[in-house]
Amino acid sequence: MAPKQKKKSSRRKKSPKPILAASEDMEPVNMESMGHPEIYPLVLTTKTQEIFNCRIDEDITDEQPYKLINKEDIFEDLRNRAAVSDFHPVKKIVQEYPGNELLLVYDKDFKYGLNFYLIGTEEGKENYLNPPEVSEEQEEYKEYIPEDVYIYKPPVSKPWVSLGSEKEIEEASVTESTKQITYMISRKRSEFGAPIKFSDQNASSVKDAYIECTAYPDKNFTLKQLEKDVGMQVIPQIKDISTQTKWTYPKNATTQYYPREFSEEEKETLKQSKPLVDFLNNASISVEIALQQNEITNTFIDDWKHLAEEEGTFGDKTDTHLKEYQSFTDLHSPTEKMITCVSWHPTIYGLIAVSVAVRLSFEDRVHFSGKLLLQPSLILFWSFSDPIHPQLMLESPDDIFCFKFCPSDPNIIAGGCINGQIVMWDITTHADRIENVKAGGSRSKKATLKPMFLLEPESNKEAMYIRHCAVSSIENGHKKVITDIHWLSDTFEINRMGSVFENRSGICCQLVTCSADCALCHNMFWDIRPQKPLTPQTTEKKKEENIEIPFDVPSTFLHLDLSWKPLTKVRLSKGETSLDHCPTKISLKEDHLLCKTQDKVLAQSKTAKAEEMNPYHNLESGMPNLLKPIDDFCTKFFVGTEEGEVIYTDWKMEKDPETGRLMPKKPVSLHTIHDGIVHTIQRSPFYDDIILTVGGWNVAIWKESVMTGPLLQSCCAPKRYTSGHWSLTRPGVFYIGREDGYIDIWDLLEKTHEPAQSQNICITMITCIKPWIFSSKQQFIAIADYYGTLHILEIPWTLSRPSTNEMTSINHYFEREVKHLEYVEQRKKIREQEKKEMEQEMAKKKVKIYQKSKEQMEAELKMDYESYLELEKTVLINLGLIKVTEKGSYSDVM
Amino acid sequence: MNEWTNTDREPDPLPSSLPGPTAPGLGEPQAEVEETLKRIQSHKGVIGTMVVNAEGIPIRTTLDNSTTVQYAGLLHHLTMKAKSTVRDIDPQNDLTFLRIRSKKHEIMVAPDKEYLLIVIQNPCE
Repeated sequence: MAPKQKKKSSRRKKSPKPILAASEDMEPVNMESMGHPEIYPLVLTTKTQEIFNCRIDEDITDEQPYKLINKEDIFEDLRNRAAVSDFHPVKKIVQEYPGNELLLVYDKDFKYGLNFYLIGTEEGKENYLNPPEVSEEQEEYKEYIPEDVYIYKPPVSKPWVSLGSEKEIEEASVTESTKQITYMISRKRSEFGAPIKFSDQNASSVKDAYIECTAYPDKNFTLKQLEKDVGMQVIPQIKDISTQTKWTYPKNATTQYYPREFSEEEKETLKQSKPLVDFLNNASISVEIALQQNEITNTFIDDWKHLAEEEGTFGDKTDTHLKEYQSFTDLHSPTEKMITCVSWHPTIYGLIAVSVAVRLSFEDRVHFSGKLLLQPSLILFWSFSDPIHPQLMLESPDDIFCFKFCPSDPNIIAGGCINGQIVMWDITTHADRIENVKAGGSRSKKATLKPMFLLEPESNKEAMYIRHCAVSSIENGHKKVITDIHWLSDTFEINRMGSVFENRSGICCQLVTCSADCALCHNMFWDIRPQKPLTPQTTEKKKEENIEIPFDVPSTFLHLDLSWKPLTKVRLSKGETSLDHCPTKISLKEDHLLCKTQDKVLAQSKTAKAEEMNPYHNLESGMPNLLKPIDDFCTKFFVGTEEGEVIYTDWKMEKDPETGRLMPKKPVSLHTIHDGIVHTIQRSPFYDDIILTVGGWNVAIWKESVMTGPLLQSCCAPKRYTSGHWSLTRPGVFYIGREDGYIDIWDLLEKTHEPAQSQNICITMITCIKPWIFSSKQQFIAIADYYGTLHILEIPWTLSRPSTNEMTSINHYFEREVKHLEYVEQRKKIREQEKKEMEQEMAKKKVKIYQKSKEQMEAELKMDYESYLELEKTVLINLGLIKVTEKGSYSDVM
Repeated sequence: MNEWTNTDREPDPLPSSLPGPTAPGLGEPQAEVEETLKRIQSHKGVIGTMVVNAEGIPIRTTLDNSTTVQYAGLLHHLTMKAKSTVRDIDPQNDLTFLRIRSKKHEIMVAPDKEYLLIVIQNPCE
């Protein structure tokens, strides 16, 4: 690149300034670099232009920008002006120029750097003058024959132009920097392959065996540290120890320990040691102070907190009336009916079952018995969503007077008939119908808009008649109307003797009923599981009575149908006489749990559904031998009778020592409190042992362990009480229904001598009251009346929500009443004693008087006798029977 | 404070005046111990009383064994901790009485060098 650089530098030097003396050896610049080696740029000054007649814009114009100049003119100019001449640089070219005329072109655009350029070759001149014609010719030629022939021009090799790539190749190539050294090692051939022996050798022993480079302290690199910055901290002494153990396999390690204790002798010795005595003496002082402080007052009580009632009341506090919510009447029945028993469905919201009976007296029943047989006796299922149509109708052979849902399976219903039979229904197959009750809400609205006569029985909401599953045996059951029926709790079961065993099946499988049979007043215990046939007679009987059952009736209780006998019977005898009490209602120990544990029932029913086999479809009789007997089970229960007595008795049989038969036990206590039939005996849902009895014209509350009398006995009410029920959420509230359609709400915290409120519900006698909890904010009470209407009322907030200390207050009240009873008892005793003493005194007084008069009387008698003797004597003398002389002997004889 | 105690605290040397049917002389401190504990137990609301030695081993108790052992072990630790706390704050101070009040009842601990008296009371409602 050196020559080019030189050219460039020479070009730079040759700026448009006049050229100074340059050597004649210098080559002229040509445009070889631009591909035109024949072009030599020139600068022509105005003088030169005048000489050669190539003045810009005068001689040389745009149309003719060139001028042919004679060679000899140039030479003349050169001689004249020598170095100053503009043609000096191209002098050599001019000299070498073959032709005579040189072409000088005006470079207007300074294409080649200067304002003129000289063409140094003939060909160039020719090309310059002629090329435009050639190109024009070529263009014309091209127009005629467009793209017809592609003329192949083979590439012409040009000389290689170095562009600097050699350097990179040089750098990238690997060359040997030093010359390779070759060694040639030779050895005698005989020495190859000989065994080699290696041995150790100390390097230092052999001279020149190694070369070492020893380290030495270099003074240049040693720095003396003059200052050191160190942080200090005081820490407790820490010891860190770790070990590694051999853990061959995982193994559980447990530690078992027992506390250290003193043996009895040690304790005795310690007790007698003086230090202990001194310690106790000193310590007990402060301990007793502390104990007394606590007894005096509770210092941690927040008085403000205890003053306030519970917040968040829902609804108006002053509103204490029961609000009418809905009422149900069966409009399709031909005769007038009354409602005998009401029961809410334990799990489904808004479903209530009602048993209806014909409203006729006994005589009328007998009179119309033919007509009554044609009408089915029903239990109706009402739902809140449809007040006109009952959801389900359960058929029974006769009017039902009481019924109950089974607590462990709400699809089993047991009812007691007027003729003394127990009827069982199983509505498992229709359970889905009543569960989706709420879905049909819209339809029911439409139904209510239509007038009644348009309501077709073929409407979708047609209620289904469900036949009963089983009835009890007529001969062995009750003879009179069954007044009360209960399911026994699923925690226990009883056998024929009345002894209690634990119930393994987990379901309620036993019932107890009571009825006022004329001759034999009974409570009967029934078992719904199949009993083993005792005698072949019964099986024959079964075959005879094999009535065909319609196919849509479930066969749950097929084994019981018409052959169901009670398990045990309990008679309530009145002592020596052969008369019995006539029970109307009973109350067992654990009934109160049914009200509270709704969640329990739900859970149970859910599990029952989850199982493939419903336990009720798979009943097996329990074997009492294998079941464990429950000891200390209270088998006592309360019975209310037709005469108004409340009896507390035992159902367990005991052996009569004289006859050896099993006899029922005598009642523990008997009280005649009520003036009429006892129609409600109910345990409080909050207390195990508080019982409410309603009958006649008054109400009584009892405590189970207190047998002296009722805790509370109300005075006679103006109207007869016909039904009663505890409130489910407030321990001191209960509802009593009267025969004039009023409901009395008693609140023991407010008044105990009369009801707190009285509200009119209907115009006739109230036959049944049943409250029910749906949610914490919604409580309903179902009131059934004599005319067959079921009223559903909503319990206001005040009546459903217990106050904060209500439970404790009621507890206190009952305790006070118990104490009052005890006091009364004691007083009675004292009074009796006093009375006795008084009587004794009276008697003593009488005795003394009597004694005194006795002596007097004897004296008087004696005198009378003597006077009589004298009289006799005088009379005999007068008669002449006795002589005067004989008088003395006669009197002596006398 | 003294007027609250309802008994006079002179130790009675004559055994005949004591109600217990113990032999005179020998049973004197034992009867006294019994009498004191009985008196404490008869206070209103007292659930249990126990005497525990310095290591937490019960000596005398009115509750069942497992409860006693549990109370003794736990309260012994707590009393030691409370004692050391009081001493740490002021080395010349010492713990005289510890009362723990909970929702259901109150536990009172009277510590000593060698023994611990624990009383559990249910304060008035």
